[in-house]
Amino acid sequence: MAFNGHQVDDGIVDEEDETPSKLPRCNKEMPGPFGSDHQNEGAAAAGRAASERRTSNPSARHRKDSVKKTRPPFPWFGMDIGGTLVKLVYFEPKDITAEEEQEEVENLKSIRRYLTSNTAYGTTGIRDVHLELQDLTLCGRTGNLHFIRFPTHDLPAFLQMGRDKHFSSLHTALCATGGGAYKFESDFLTMADLELHKLDELDCLVRGVLYIDSVMSGGPLECYYFENPTDPDHCAQKPYPLENPYPLLLVNIGSGVSILAVYSENNYKRVTGTSLGGGTFLGLCCLLTGCSTFEEALEMASQGESTRVDKLVRDIYGGDYERFGLPGWAVASSFGNMMSKEKRESVSKEDLARATLVTITNNIGSITRMCALNENIERVVFVGNFLRVNTLSMKLLAYAMDYWSKGQLKALFLRHEGYFGAVGALLELLHPS
Amino acid sequence: MAECGGVDSNTTSHTMDKSITLPPDEIFRNLENAKRFAIDIGGSLTKLAYYSTVQHKVAKVRSFDHSAKEAASDKLYEIAVQEEVTARLHFIKFENAYIETCLDFIKDHLVNTETKVIKATGGGAHKFKELIEKKLGLKVDKEDEMTCLIKGCNFVLKNIPHEAFVYARHADSEFRFQTTNPDIFPYLLVNIGSGSSVVVVQSEDKFERIGGSSIGGGTFWGLGALLTKTKRFDELLQLASKGQHSSVDMLVKDIYGGSYACLGLTGDLIASSFGKSATADKEFSKEDMAKSLLHMISNDIGQLACLYAKLHNLSRVYFGGFFIRGHPVTMHTITYSINFFTKGEVQALFLRHEGYLGAIGAFLKGAEEDNPNQYSWGENYAGSSGLMSVSPDMNPMQRARSGTFPFDMLEMDRLERQLVNLPLLQDPSSYIPDTVDLTEDAQAREYWLYCFEEALDGVVKRAVASQPDIPGAAERAEKFRQKYRHKLQTLRHQPFAYGSLTVRSLLDTREHCLNEFNFPDPYSKIKERENDVALKYYQKAVKSLEALSWEDRQFALVRGVLAGNVFDWGAKAVSEVLESNPEFGFEEAKRRLEERPWLVDSFDQWLERLKGPPHRCALFFVDNSGVDIILGVMPFVRELLSRGTEVVLASNSAPALNDVTNSELQILTERIAAMDPVIESALREDRLTLVQSGSSSPCLDLSRLDKVLAMVARERQTDLVIIEGMGRAIHTNYYAMLSCESLKMAVIKNSWLADRLGGKLFSVVFKYEVPVGKPH
Repeated sequence: MAFNGHQVDDGIVDEEDETPSKLPRCNKEMPGPFGSDHQNEGAAAAGRAASERRTSNPSARHRKDSVKKTRPPFPWFGMDIGGTLVKLVYFEPKDITAEEEQEEVENLKSIRRYLTSNTAYGTTGIRDVHLELQDLTLCGRTGNLHFIRFPTHDLPAFLQMGRDKHFSSLHTALCATGGGAYKFESDFLTMADLELHKLDELDCLVRGVLYIDSVMSGGPLECYYFENPTDPDHCAQKPYPLENPYPLLLVNIGSGVSILAVYSENNYKRVTGTSLGGGTFLGLCCLLTGCSTFEEALEMASQGESTRVDKLVRDIYGGDYERFGLPGWAVASSFGNMMSKEKRESVSKEDLARATLVTITNNIGSITRMCALNENIERVVFVGNFLRVNTLSMKLLAYAMDYWSKGQLKALFLRHEGYFGAVGALLELLHPS
Repeated sequence: MAECGGVDSNTTSHTMDKSITLPPDEIFRNLENAKRFAIDIGGSLTKLAYYSTVQHKVAKVRSFDHSAKEAASDKLYEIAVQEEVTARLHFIKFENAYIETCLDFIKDHLVNTETKVIKATGGGAHKFKELIEKKLGLKVDKEDEMTCLIKGCNFVLKNIPHEAFVYARHADSEFRFQTTNPDIFPYLLVNIGSGSSVVVVQSEDKFERIGGSSIGGGTFWGLGALLTKTKRFDELLQLASKGQHSSVDMLVKDIYGGSYACLGLTGDLIASSFGKSATADKEFSKEDMAKSLLHMISNDIGQLACLYAKLHNLSRVYFGGFFIRGHPVTMHTITYSINFFTKGEVQALFLRHEGYLGAIGAFLKGAEEDNPNQYSWGENYAGSSGLMSVSPDMNPMQRARSGTFPFDMLEMDRLERQLVNLPLLQDPSSYIPDTVDLTEDAQAREYWLYCFEEALDGVVKRAVASQPDIPGAAERAEKFRQKYRHKLQTLRHQPFAYGSLTVRSLLDTREHCLNEFNFPDPYSKIKERENDVALKYYQKAVKSLEALSWEDRQFALVRGVLAGNVFDWGAKAVSEVLESNPEFGFEEAKRRLEERPWLVDSFDQWLERLKGPPHRCALFFVDNSGVDIILGVMPFVRELLSRGTEVVLASNSAPALNDVTNSELQILTERIAAMDPVIESALREDRLTLVQSGSSSPCLDLSRLDKVLAMVARERQTDLVIIEGMGRAIHTNYYAMLSCESLKMAVIKNSWLADRLGGKLFSVVFKYEVPVGKPH
């Protein structure tokens, strides 16, 4: 999964020689004048991302020098403070020269060591090692991009750590997005003496998605879909090359849900949103089952049976409601069986967790589908941490999109699910827009 | 839902309870005559519909056979009280828990019904099929739920004025009722049952289910029961109305610290429903969780409705089903959600009878041979419970009343005549009959409710006096008093109970209540006496008018109509004078009239107009019996006829106060014709026509008029509409815009109203209007 720019270069060239259809993308990725030939804004964006990856190429040395003057001092962070989780991306430079090493202040070194030598921080911080992007070139520097998350309610501990490690002495700008960037701005200042550079979360999200997708091409693709979503036996995860991705519907499922229509890197709109999101799933699960973590809730859901909780079309009509094309297995009323006392007493916590998951997921699916119809968009990309280790929901979404649109809509997923906002914030640090 | 005496509060919705007794005079009225049944059984409520005939007394007048020349009396005509049979639709709604009791009751009281089947719809119809068949001996015939629903919805939208309303929590009046629009199609109906269905209705018989959601009333109930251990739907709603959702929901400000300004998301917006309950170590109150759940579901349904409305380019969404039940928090959240998601482009409309749609539809399916759609129907205010009648929060009074289980009723009377719009309305879709909406105007509401309450003694006295020889009059009048007083009290607490509260609706409700207790025409004898007296003066009046110069005569004619209009038993100030001094004369009335310039005075324009060419045809909506019609209106009509204008006299189909009815007017006109060749020849040549208005109200709704009247008005190319009297020209139609010339004439016989309009008692309104851009 890890790869570096050189390998990708070789890989892509070889591959694309055999696959003429991908040629335009190859051209786009050429640095310099080649990239700017293309009118398409999206292509230009991809081109820029690719060019950065290639700056170690000798031909780009001149450019590298100029980049050096404008690039910010280390450490490079991007942060997304959501309602439930804080997402942090950290760029670890691997091309540090001996000279640099000597110059590097102790604080900086200590932060780098702390973050890269651990995979867990405190009791709740986690580094998603499997998502790490190695040998990535950013602003002329090569290194690894790390993906770290911790619950928003542990932000004070994080700030304390920042204070202990004298983060503020590094005089770096801390780019942060998400609502927490606003809510905790003063805490950053008073507790850690850090000034936040606040960024719009949707800007960051869109930027992050497009960037990660562009640097991931060639290796295991960032984007994937489920083949045969309506056939459980043959349903399989397949890579999806997100070439010429526009227009696309971007559905970000965090605590709540935002739905964006993206027409180009700089042209998107928020179509709608819903308060029934990941936070609702977890919140209801905690109340219904007494669990306390997302993982626990998902684990229970995987063992439960939602049809004991939900009232299906066949429970009402004995079979399909043919007149309106409703199959018997469709849910007629979420939690509908729970109107009856006997049935309430007969269901398990696992059943309830599963029903909650199915209810929330299907509802997001149905709102998404209506938005896609209203906006006349056929491709839907689902992101956000609700989908983390949540194959159940992804398959449900894939199924729902396919079934109710009669195959018209395709549900796509991205491996870095919840980190795009943080990546976007990091990019803002490096290339202020 | 709080239960009433004798009912175990642990009763779950499906447990039968037989220990209660039913008050037969309140619930299942006219069951002996029930002809056809339909039942809609939902998850918690049963709605029963039956069609029944009602026998009630009507006052008929009949001309004496004058050829016989019997000494027969000094009476002008014969007043006979006859039994008349009319059709009525009854709808009763009660909780499923009482279904067995109700079926037993029906069985015991069902005398002879012709029908062998009962139409059934709703999710519970299957479950109770056997019980119904066993108890009633009727075969259960299942009808498609959605079809019934749409049929019912079309029916109420067409037949019940003020059926649909917009809910606005912080407005002067929370409920803004919509006038019946002749063009209801296409519309979007979101039916919130256990799940939700989104249906686009294109026409009477054409509709399509375009989508839906599994999130609905069942989700609220099921999840709510799990979260709060509260079993009953209404209890959950009550919990919700006491809760604070912000302790459970994650709001935008919980994430942002404030608003998310660049997206226009305010801080109080819910970012994540139940987002704060994602923790194992905090307890949440039942109330807060129920509120949060209600918000979550209402918002979600509202959003879905918007998405479908947008996709199909529809701007009105009606909500039906068992979920809403007139619950303010639910309606507010749905309305808020629709406004939020569509920036006001889509309107959320709720229905007063949302719970009955399925039952009405099922009934209509079974009654197609009776052609219910061929008739016009009217809500019987006397027999219908108002909006939210069984809501424990809203109406504690009603619940304490009957000592039985809570039920809700709707009764609709089949009208003898089909009612349509007056073709001369400038814009039928924006026509609102009533001048003041008392639901919005608290001050006016206070006054009129007081006024009607004050007048009640007099009405009761009059009613008793009208039936000196009929047994039980005093007792019935007392029942009438109780019923109407109860209605007034209900309206004091819930002005919106029957749609917009207006002086008209207060008057109509009183007429319905009087009819209910067999006082079909308390004024019949008074009317007869006054008609008789007035006829004796007719020739003299005409003669004195003819002696005047043309210009003086025109003024005298108008003054005559106005003075005649002072004779009105409907107005308190006048009825006192009349009661104490029956000889109160026409001349005295003229003296009491305000001198010109009148409060509203366009007499000069009218006079100018009369100097021009005659009108082709005048449609005259008349008011009172006696002096008014005979000495005021008739000479005026006579003048119009002499000018070459055809005249159509529109009078009430059935009695209301001392208003002249169509059958009385027939006799009076014949009598006048016998004395006056002008009237005689006009009648003979069909230049003077009498039509009935289709109404039995002291007010006038120009959007519900007899079809024949509309036809005559069109055929005769009516170019002048005259509306007379306070009820028809001030309480209603004061602002009505017509597409032809119109004349509104009235004397203000109520000092409060006069004060409001800037005048005084007996101030005159003479409003002559010519539509813009239409020179005569």
